[in-house]
Amino acid sequence: MTEEAKEKKPQWAMVIDLDRCTGCEACVVACRVENNIPTVGPEEAAKGRSINWIRVERYFEGEYPDVKVKFMPVLCQHCEEAPCEPVCPVYATYRTDEGLNAQVYNRCVGTRYCANNCPYTVRFFNFFDPVWDAPLDKALNPEVSVRTRGVMEKCTFCIQRIRKGQEKAKDEDREVRDGDVVPACVQTCQTKAMYFGNIADPESEVSRLSKSNRATRLLEELGTKPRVIYLNKGD
Amino acid sequence: MSERQPTTAKINSDLLGPVNKPGRGWYATVTVSGLVVLAAAGALAYQFSRGLGVWGINRPVFWALDITNFVFWIGISHAGTLISAILRVTGAEWRRPVTRCAEAITVFALMIGALFPIIHLGRPQLFYWLVPYPNERGLWPNFRSPLAWDFFAINTYLLGSIIYLYLPLIPDLALLRDKSRGLWRRFYGALSLGWKGTQLQWDRLERAVRVMAVVIIPVAVSVHTIVSWDFAMTIRPMWHSTMFGPYFVAGAIFSGIAALIIAMAVIRRVFHLEDYLQPIHFNNLGLLLLTMSLIWFYFTFGEYLTTWYGNLPDEMAVFDSKVSGVYSPFFWGTVICCFAVPAPLLAIKRFRTIKGTVIASMLVVVGMWFERFLIIVPTLARPRFTFNWGTYSPTWVEIMLTAGTFAYFVLLYSIFTRLFPIIAIWEYKEGLAVAREPSTSSSSVSSPLTEST
Repeated sequence: MTEEAKEKKPQWAMVIDLDRCTGCEACVVACRVENNIPTVGPEEAAKGRSINWIRVERYFEGEYPDVKVKFMPVLCQHCEEAPCEPVCPVYATYRTDEGLNAQVYNRCVGTRYCANNCPYTVRFFNFFDPVWDAPLDKALNPEVSVRTRGVMEKCTFCIQRIRKGQEKAKDEDREVRDGDVVPACVQTCQTKAMYFGNIADPESEVSRLSKSNRATRLLEELGTKPRVIYLNKGD
Repeated sequence: MSERQPTTAKINSDLLGPVNKPGRGWYATVTVSGLVVLAAAGALAYQFSRGLGVWGINRPVFWALDITNFVFWIGISHAGTLISAILRVTGAEWRRPVTRCAEAITVFALMIGALFPIIHLGRPQLFYWLVPYPNERGLWPNFRSPLAWDFFAINTYLLGSIIYLYLPLIPDLALLRDKSRGLWRRFYGALSLGWKGTQLQWDRLERAVRVMAVVIIPVAVSVHTIVSWDFAMTIRPMWHSTMFGPYFVAGAIFSGIAALIIAMAVIRRVFHLEDYLQPIHFNNLGLLLLTMSLIWFYFTFGEYLTTWYGNLPDEMAVFDSKVSGVYSPFFWGTVICCFAVPAPLLAIKRFRTIKGTVIASMLVVVGMWFERFLIIVPTLARPRFTFNWGTYSPTWVEIMLTAGTFAYFVLLYSIFTRLFPIIAIWEYKEGLAVAREPSTSSSSVSSPLTEST
């Protein structure tokens, strides 16, 4: 790590290699377990009330039988210019100095304005009190707060794991490096399509990959400056 | 103005009639609307106990009938204050029997509209976190958020409208005080602030009303502009539009005049005020409604044409869903209700009767409600990534709450007519005095009125 990067706070970013994604949705399951995401049941899910901090969007090209399916895992893009942040009247969502788009559940009054201004539709509302089907209710992650009814929630880049990684690095009296922080989705990805790290460190894997000529960002033209970088060779 | 010059006693008894002897119809109206309000309150209690999931909102349609009703009622509220203030400032003599009906609409519509930003919250009990006050959270509200602007704009408008309704009410309150006994005398006495009708008091009142009429116009314009900015400040297709401010204000005045015409027709009929609310008033307001209908059409046409011509895919997804997709019945319904039928109806003099203007107004009110729905839901249902496209249909709770808003409005308005004269008595008499001596200014003719209070 260079001297300059050491002085700055780490800037978290994710890289998703679409050419490696098989659409298995293991990341979705891992995220649910890690982040205490409530289950709403099939009926509510059909009404659009399901909560998935990460989802795999499927896009089909061509007509049957000559069909090509494209998978695209989408999670909170942790935009540097996040449209959700200025519209919240109570500062429930704001930018941390590590470049995370934080959601403070206790501040949220539930206007849902942030969700309406999110071009990626990655913000979720608790329409009812959270429920977990047994035995999942006995398997909550003690490091992640459970959200109440009426507040927004979304991907945190597994902030509990970020803190743990930072503490470990501090204990060992060194800077955070690749491998210290691995969010649940990245850890579980079978095909190693996902990478996570400090993009302010030019030697990190995400830094290197973000300069790839396959690198692109979602809806870049909106000027949101997402912190999630997609790799896609194109056609 | 009427050719016949009614006596002071006749005016008093006619205009105080609804206050003194409300009649059977009044009790029936209050009972029915009260029951609907109670039912809506029940639905609201159910919503508070279960959560917002009892509404039809979902991801991505996070706002629907809640915000539709909010924008609609704030729009209706522009009936009053704005129209009455413009007519006052421009010295339109025919305004006199119209102003108070209009100002009362404003206050009640605003109270109803302002309920929705509170009850639509995920945690409505915490709505006061939008108030800037020193708190244990060590946090101010986010002044960059249009919702925070809304909070201040609506409260300013509500306060201003109440003052603007109250000031011209004072001489009439004094009249009621002098004509009532017992507790009512104390009630009206307290409200009339010791009005004696001295020249000094008249001068001050006239000046205060004049100042408020001028002040309230920019406030009213700013309120609906800021409501429109809740949408225009976002980056959603067909929301992010520079013309939303004037578009919303025009639509608000449009629906406001329509509501006023309907209210006046009802008041005229049930309280037998045919001598006071005359065809000329409906004719003039009908012409105003026609003007607003044309302006509304101009804005709508401009908005949709530029979207269509620009042909940006994200915008076109919303455009298509409105014009030819699932929401097209609402779109064409809006065009028919707000322009295609009312504009010719109001333009042809033969149809610009009381009945004609009321029919046009009812269509406009329905059409403008559709228009508000059409602005909110299709944009939300068509996010940029097609994978997240959604649909929306309301639940009984939302429908009940919507019905409740109309019933609540009728209830509040009925109670108002029972407590206060719905036509400003002193202003009407002043109008007669002005008609007798057209050369004198309005302030100097106010003194003969003192005898009546």
